[in-house]
Amino acid sequence: MTQTCLTFRDLTLGYGSHPAIHHLDGAIRKGSLTAVVGANGSGKSTLMKGIVGVLKPMAGEVVRAPGVRAAYLPQQSELDRSFPARVVDLVSLGLWPKRGMLGRYTAEDRAAVSQALMAVGLGGFEKRPIDTLSGGQLQRTLFARVLLQDADLILLDEPFNAVDAKTVGDLIALIKRWHGEERTIMVVVHDLDLVRQNFPETLLLARQPVAWGETRETLKPENLLRARRFHEAWEENAPWCEPDEHAHDHAHGHDHNGHDHEGHDHDHSAGPRAA
Amino acid sequence: MDALYGLFIAPFADFGFMQRALFGSLMLSLGACPIGVFLMLRRMSLSGDAMAHAILPGAAAGFLFYGLEILPMTIGGLVAGIIVALGAGAVSRFTIQREDASMAAFYLISLAIGVLMVSIRGSSVDLMHVLFGTVLALNNEALILIGGIVAVTLVSLAIFWRALVAECLDPLFLRSVSKMGSPVHFIFLGLVVLNLVGGFQALGTLLSVGLMMLPAAAARFWTVRVEPMCVLAVLIGFASCIAGLLLSYHASLPSGPAIILSAGVVYFASILFGTRGILRARIIHNRHRTA
Repeated sequence: MTQTCLTFRDLTLGYGSHPAIHHLDGAIRKGSLTAVVGANGSGKSTLMKGIVGVLKPMAGEVVRAPGVRAAYLPQQSELDRSFPARVVDLVSLGLWPKRGMLGRYTAEDRAAVSQALMAVGLGGFEKRPIDTLSGGQLQRTLFARVLLQDADLILLDEPFNAVDAKTVGDLIALIKRWHGEERTIMVVVHDLDLVRQNFPETLLLARQPVAWGETRETLKPENLLRARRFHEAWEENAPWCEPDEHAHDHAHGHDHNGHDHEGHDHDHSAGPRAA
Repeated sequence: MDALYGLFIAPFADFGFMQRALFGSLMLSLGACPIGVFLMLRRMSLSGDAMAHAILPGAAAGFLFYGLEILPMTIGGLVAGIIVALGAGAVSRFTIQREDASMAAFYLISLAIGVLMVSIRGSSVDLMHVLFGTVLALNNEALILIGGIVAVTLVSLAIFWRALVAECLDPLFLRSVSKMGSPVHFIFLGLVVLNLVGGFQALGTLLSVGLMMLPAAAARFWTVRVEPMCVLAVLIGFASCIAGLLLSYHASLPSGPAIILSAGVVYFASILFGTRGILRARIIHNRHRTA
């Protein structure tokens, strides 16, 4: 019996009236490690934002299993690097879920911060002002913060950007450690070789899921070709997506077996949905 | 010794109005300077100025109905300031418009209403009073008001400190772990208004921004951490108030501008001599370590 961590029910996310994720159904198994791949504009980051809750769904919903806490490393951080803070101040923000706004940081917390920095290879960087970090060092600092958040669901949006090969190795090792700890992890990645080597499951997106399931299956050439044909641009005068077209889906689709509308040609049998 | 006493101590020891002015302005610094630090770090340095203009119609309304009374003017200013702060903040949070634009729109409308109201009845002398205040005429009421505002400010800062820092440093992160992001922003804007209103009896609506921003801007050149920056800003604020009042006393200058200009002197000195200032950056530039 596998437990579900996240369930997507007819989820549509987007900007203005244009969907970036269109009627997504499915579920993420607890303890799974999923790579999210797809072309630019295929909705990967949007999906992440939707899961964290910083972007409200236009339709449908994302349901987190009760008690699941998420940690999120965005692709475009709104981090203000000119803010007078040290590495330790930035990483300590990761204690928020544990200590909240008012809780005091204990000696144990400070030790945890140092350990987290150690784990990303930044031992001794505590007192460095954040505006003196290189891009890769900053990325690792943010990884340390995720580490400290001690979350059950970890969402990483292109975490390997601007990171050198050795560090990618370190960070992958860290992700695998989390995977070993039964945490649920979703990572947006562009490097397909990296995905094939390290991620058991893959979601291939092109506004809708092109394929979703075991990585080798998902990244088959025909799926990749289908994903590549995805038309990135919005159509200003695209027809409105009528609600009842999908509603019937749900009328008798509460067991989530009934999403059979023709617009979605993804491979249901391979989808890691909890039955 | 006597000369020093005469120069620095006697004005405060001998005159009640100087003691009140000193007490009031020091309290103002205690609340306004840390707020200024956060305004600066949030790149809202000019928002303080905008807010100061925005409280004018409220203060003017109080003035029109009750004359030069501290309480009606303060409450009026507070109401006007909060409307503008919330309005501008809400527009920036819930639409695509950035806060600088919405703030500009709201404060200009507010300012126009204020000038209109003052001109309906008052003369330009009245307007000058609202705009420039006078620290030398602080009565008990005003001192109590300032004390209350400072207490509220310091307590709020202590409670919301971590959220405020997180909201400045990494707002998206704060949104992902907590719902405090928007509330803390509005609380902060409320504190800005509160401190400006607290300052306007002493320094006037326009110059009260000076005591908020100049010490903060100066402190930025000395430290790379927020906590010491706030403490330093308060100390610079204290020094400016003392220096300004003495200057005003000995040279018969208006007290408000004297205080703000003292802070200005510290600011320029900090640009030059601060540990992160120009001179030091130039000298250190020629030397470096091996790693």
